[in-house]
Formats: sequence, structure tokens, C-alpha cells
Amino acid sequence: MNPFHVLLALLVFPGLLYAVPMGWLMQGGERKVVARLQGRIGPPLTQGFYDFVKLLAKGPVPRSDAFLITLLPLLAVGSTLGALALLPVLASQGGFAGDLILFVGLLEMAPLCAVLAGFASRSVYGEVGAAREAVLGISVNVPFLAALLALATAAGSLQLAQVAGGAPWIVRGPALLALLCCLPVKLRLNPFSVANAEQEILAGPLTEFDGPRLALWELAHGLEWVVLGGLVAVVAVPGRSVAFVGVSFAVVPLLGTLAAATARFKINQAARFLWRWAALAAAVAFIAALAIRHGRA
Amino acid sequence: MGVLEPIVMRLVDRARRRSAWLFHFNAGACNGCDIELVACLTPRYDVEQLGIRLEGSPRHADILCVTGPVTRTTRDALATIHSQIPDPKVVVAIGSCPASGNVFAGSPVIAGPVDLVIPVDLFIPGCPPRPNAIMQGIAEAIEIMVAKREAVR
Repeated sequence: MNPFHVLLALLVFPGLLYAVPMGWLMQGGERKVVARLQGRIGPPLTQGFYDFVKLLAKGPVPRSDAFLITLLPLLAVGSTLGALALLPVLASQGGFAGDLILFVGLLEMAPLCAVLAGFASRSVYGEVGAAREAVLGISVNVPFLAALLALATAAGSLQLAQVAGGAPWIVRGPALLALLCCLPVKLRLNPFSVANAEQEILAGPLTEFDGPRLALWELAHGLEWVVLGGLVAVVAVPGRSVAFVGVSFAVVPLLGTLAAATARFKINQAARFLWRWAALAAAVAFIAALAIRHGRA
Repeated sequence: MGVLEPIVMRLVDRARRRSAWLFHFNAGACNGCDIELVACLTPRYDVEQLGIRLEGSPRHADILCVTGPVTRTTRDALATIHSQIPDPKVVVAIGSCPASGNVFAGSPVIAGPVDLVIPVDLFIPGCPPRPNAIMQGIAEAIEIMVAKREAVR
């Protein structure tokens, strides 16, 4: 993995040049699916792009906390982009030993920044949203990390490229199921849209953000779509970049249908679902992984 | 920006036309106009096709929709919220109440009409106005907003 390949992964594929339009497309696709299922026509697929440009061109509002409030979304965009670049999709991306840990860390930065942003905004809605985001973040990471650990145990490696392809289907199946359960939570979609529940707490942690800063948050959110869809694709069909794009996008109708078909959980229901059912799938994967590792040794 | 400036400005204008986010402020309305505004989002009218959506926070919004005659208790909140919407912004007064006070005119608890508190760009009359009228008003408000491009440089 030489510097040229790192730059390629960060800036072209699966990084900036691919991920930004893909993020808009995935978000637009989700809104479109929800609208169609509700009997509406819905916004065009390019809606995310127009929202982004419009927000960038908005003027400032008077405020005193500009430094922190600009830094947090930048950090979220940067770290999510870093996580994206670690996804093993191209043949040139061998990765390095332990990049799974870096990947998880970078992926968690955006939700963490959102929690900090909510509390930093000193708005009631922001603080309630941030508290909810934090609780959900803890709940969702139990099955999410357990599923990734199961894959790593079965593959006997902490290197994403080997983790993705190295586990047999008896581990990969339940792990994939657990990851899919975590997806709507991490993307704040129904029925897990607890932290950004617009009818209750306005926009949650992002309530006090305006113009370009909000645009950065939207960008970070789009990148999260691409990373998480990409993670599912990498685990489902490792090492094939055309299938990578297709499978990444296949999560969109799945999540859109779920979002349109369900109402919002209360936070205790959401946490219970994750601790009980998603964690069960992850536990099955983990036990299978331990059995395989034991059999091999 | 030089050569690129006209292209960028055209792109920005286009984005503003296609992505108007509304903030809805009830300044003591009877809920009639509020229901008609929300009706615009239903499958029958579906303004989300045009990128329009209701936002919870004024700092996210482009268009401020005011309903109701502006009571004394909502006056200061209305002024604060108006000041927190980033430029370019447009104020749309929905219904007869913000325009004239309607049946509440002359009441001691009324601080309106709304243009005594904040500058209004567009009135949509009616008690309540039909969703079609509101949609027409929002469409015109978007053009007013695009024309205000000099407010941000």
C-alpha cells in the first residue's frame, strides 16, 4: 500500500469522487422509496446535491460558538472518509494488519461528533437528541462490534481484506444479519430515528447548525451511507468492485421499505431490540466463529 | 471567482429553486391554516417533489411561514426566530389573520398584523387558504428568495 494507492482510495474510489455523489444518490433513493410507498412521487434522486449547494450558499447567523461548531462536522466528514478509504474494494488495497480497529474507530467518530455537537449547542433539543444518540450508540455497537469480531475470529485476522473474505458462510450469514440490523440505527432511519425525531425534538443534535455547517453534516451523513452500505457489500461479496457498487446500493430499497413500513420506536424499545435480537444474531455468529477456530487449532 | 462566477451563481439559483426548506411558525392561529400547510405534504399535493420540506429548526430554513394574528405572547418569539434564519430568507404570511387580524382584529391580546413585527414578502389570503393557493404562494416566494441573491455575497 504505497502513498499513491492511499491517495487514490481517499480521493477517487471508494473515496471522495465516488462517495459524495453515491451518498447523495443513496439518500435520494431512500427518500424516493419512502415517497413511492406512501403513494407520492417524491424528490428527484439528485435532491441531496441541490440541498448541499443551497446550504453552502446560505449566509451566516449571529452566533458566538463558531469554532467548535465548524470543527465538529469537519471532523465527522474527515474521519468517515478515512473509514471509507480503508474498505478493501480494489486489488491494490491490501490494507495493513489491524486496520479493522482503525476502521471501527473512524466510523464511530461521526456519531461521537454528533453527540458532542448536540451538547455543545446548549440547545434543549440538541441536548436531548445528543443524549438519545449516545444511548443508541452504545446499544448498537454491541451487536455491530460483536459481528465484526466474529468475522475477525473466524478469519483469524484483524485485517479488513482478510476479515471480509476469510469467514465461512455459517459465520458470515448471522454476522451479516446483525450488521443489517445495525444499519438503520447508524443511519438514523425509522424505526430507529430516535435521536433525530423531527416531530419531538426538531433536528436533534443538529438543531442549532446553519448553512455550510449543516451542509457538512449532510455530507458526513451521505458518506456514512456509503461506508455502511459498502461494509455490507464487502462482507457479502468480498473483493469485487462492480458488485461492491451494486450491493452497496441494494441496501437502499431495503432500508427505505423498512423506514416507510414502520413507526418510530421509543428509545427503550430500540435498545431492547438491539440488545436482544441483533445481539442474538451476532452471538450466533460469534459462537460459530469460536467453534471453527477451535476446530482448526 | 472570475470566469466561474456566473456558472456558480446559476447553479446556486437552481439549487435554491429546488430545495426550499420551510419553517412553520404558529403565531396564535386557530390551526386551520396549519392543517392546510401540512396538507401540501400529503400524497395528493406532495410538494416534496420540488425539494420542499418542513424543517424543525429556523437555522435550517429558507422560508418562514407565519400563521395566526400574532398574539402578544408570540411577538418576541417571532422576532427572534426571524433573526435566526440565515439569508437569503423570505417571510410568507399564510391566511387572513397575519394579514389583517381577521376576526381577532381589535382584541387587546393581539400585537399583529404580522408586518408590524417582521417584514413580510408575501401574503396568502384565505381563511384558511386552500393548499393550491399555499403552493402557488410558496412557488412565488421561492422566486422572491432567488431574486434576493445579493443578500449573500
